[in-house]
Amino acid sequence: MAILSFSRAINKALSDMMDLDPAVILLGEDIANAGGSFGATRGLLDRFGGHRVIDTPISEAAIAGAAVGAAMSGLRPVVEIMFMDFSTLVMDALVNQAAKARFMFGAQCSVPMVLRTPHGGGLNAGPQHSQCLEAWFAHVPGLKVVVPSDAASAYALLRSAIADPDPVIFVENKALYAAKMEVPDDLALSLGRARLARQGKDATVVAYGAAVHWALEAAARLAEKQIDIEVVDLLSVQPWDEEMVLTSLAKTHRLVVAHEAVEAFGVGAEIVARMADIGFDELDGPIVRVGAPFMPVPFARSLEESFRPDADRIVNAVLRTLE
Amino acid sequence: MTKRKAPPDPMELLALYRMMLMVRRSEERLMGLFADGDVPGFIHLGIGQEAVPVGVMSGLGPQDTIASTHRGHGHALAKGLSLEGFFAELLGKDTGLCRGRGGSMHVADMSTGMLGANGIVGAGLSIALGSALAHKTLNRDSISVAFFGDGALAEGLAHECLNMAALLKLPLLFVCENNGWSEFSPTSRQIAFTLEGLSQAYGIPYHSVDGNDVEVVAASVAPLIAGIRQGGGPIVVECHTNRVRGHFEGDAQKYRDADELARLPEADPLRVAGKRLADLGINAAHLEQVAAEVDEAIEAAVSLARQSDLPVFSAAAADVYTVEQVL
Ligand SMILES: Cc1ncc(C[n+]2csc(CCOP(=O)(O)OP(=O)(O)O)c2C)c(N)n1
Ligand SMILES: [Mg+2]
Repeated sequence: MAILSFSRAINKALSDMMDLDPAVILLGEDIANAGGSFGATRGLLDRFGGHRVIDTPISEAAIAGAAVGAAMSGLRPVVEIMFMDFSTLVMDALVNQAAKARFMFGAQCSVPMVLRTPHGGGLNAGPQHSQCLEAWFAHVPGLKVVVPSDAASAYALLRSAIADPDPVIFVENKALYAAKMEVPDDLALSLGRARLARQGKDATVVAYGAAVHWALEAAARLAEKQIDIEVVDLLSVQPWDEEMVLTSLAKTHRLVVAHEAVEAFGVGAEIVARMADIGFDELDGPIVRVGAPFMPVPFARSLEESFRPDADRIVNAVLRTLE
Repeated sequence: MTKRKAPPDPMELLALYRMMLMVRRSEERLMGLFADGDVPGFIHLGIGQEAVPVGVMSGLGPQDTIASTHRGHGHALAKGLSLEGFFAELLGKDTGLCRGRGGSMHVADMSTGMLGANGIVGAGLSIALGSALAHKTLNRDSISVAFFGDGALAEGLAHECLNMAALLKLPLLFVCENNGWSEFSPTSRQIAFTLEGLSQAYGIPYHSVDGNDVEVVAASVAPLIAGIRQGGGPIVVECHTNRVRGHFEGDAQKYRDADELARLPEADPLRVAGKRLADLGINAAHLEQVAAEVDEAIEAAVSLARQSDLPVFSAAAADVYTVEQVL
């Protein structure tokens, strides 16, 4: 047990897995000498050497494509893409190669690679350094998508992601990097499992990443009004824990889904659609989504503040479904 | 780099001839099967280009890996894929190497280091790049080969891969199969540079090779492969060859002029190698015997494939992820 920030937790997971398995290597821009744009790989070059912690040129497509070929040839590459916005440039490697290799080659191989990338706003980084694009990847059969909500889940899930035989997109919310907490060494989390972040009886809020914290803040505020909400921290977006969400819905009969990503065509839409189907009989109110408006992430502090979802919006959404 | 090996070993050349014929006859058989509707989808034939895969593969072992293209039948067979598994795959059968899920454009065999044909132009270069990185990181004696067409040179990914291979000094052989065409457009309308100049820009040694002479290809790549194996870093080989058939089966090639098409038979790699074998004292009867054996093997593979079961949908659906999700 140690008190670690989210980014130190990532660092520890990488280093633990590299200790365990010589096939684990790191690839990315400025990850070796500089230790990564958010410091997540700091110190790993010294510990593991330049043949396992590799600074690459600014060639996202080749980095990701090489990770696929390396994963098919005995390595377990962990790629860092500096901002999730740049994942537009790795789409072919992920969507057409990594996601399909196992299937289209008749299960002759799997592609044990992880692509780590930070998403989210709050840094006034503007339209091309702030997006949450996880829904794109969740839409592709063959990919897994994980979004931890704190240092402990980041540590446990990154180890699981690296150990996983299939390609995993591991999304790190930038606003969480500095947050510290106790991280148990032995915490194990399986991909695809959610976590009950708060028990409650009046409504369920399903969230992931930074939105989990907004949901917990909303819960505290609603508690003052004698409204007791349950918060499900999804942790994995693909596959997602349908069973836990349904169980919670069956208990509270009201559902809100919240995420930082743009609301339209997002992860929330999928959860809502599934629950409207398999959970139809349990619903006593409309399912309400909370997400960013349908526009690029703006730069100015005031604009970005208005853009990003927050606890207030979740409070309002809960009140709506309880109306 | 147009030297042949001297003195030539007729038996070695005969083995290359046999493999080229295996590729040629297999593709000719596919033409018929495709016309009859037995091969679903579409196929890109490499007729006229066989000397490149066969020549390059003669320098590789099973521990070496290759990444191929949409025109990958030659790479597949020359790398040692089972003929049965190959035909079954192209016929969409459960006994296919990829259990009928990939077909012509995705045929692969991990056990022989064939990391897949690829439906995405240029993608194979990055797969081969990563495979070379794995060989190097895991201290293997293996090398990796990226096969790609002239058209792929217009993809940004190709440039990224050349740069990264040079920077990381990877055990990677880049083999450009320059057949003068990229779909329906001549290379001259697609590529503003030469591969020689490009390689030079990236500091990668470049070799131009007569891609219609299997002996030349084999003799040219052998020392290059040895150098790469010893840690010399990546090398580019450009093999000049001809695409005889259309871009895909069914393409009538109205865009090619008669003169160009008329020159093709002379450069046919089987004809070139056949003449050379004759000079070396291998008589026509011997070559006919080889052809009969090749045809027999192909017929056996085709008939086995025809009798094989169709793939099972539920098995395919269960193979998207390695571990069944237990929620
Ligand atoms: C990314 C991508 N763009 C376009 C295509 C369509 N396409 C398939 S083959 C081809 C031409 C490729 O030419 P070349 O690389 O010279 O290979 P050749 O067909 O001559 O063997 C094109 C444009 C594709 N499959 N993938
Ligand atoms: Mg071409």
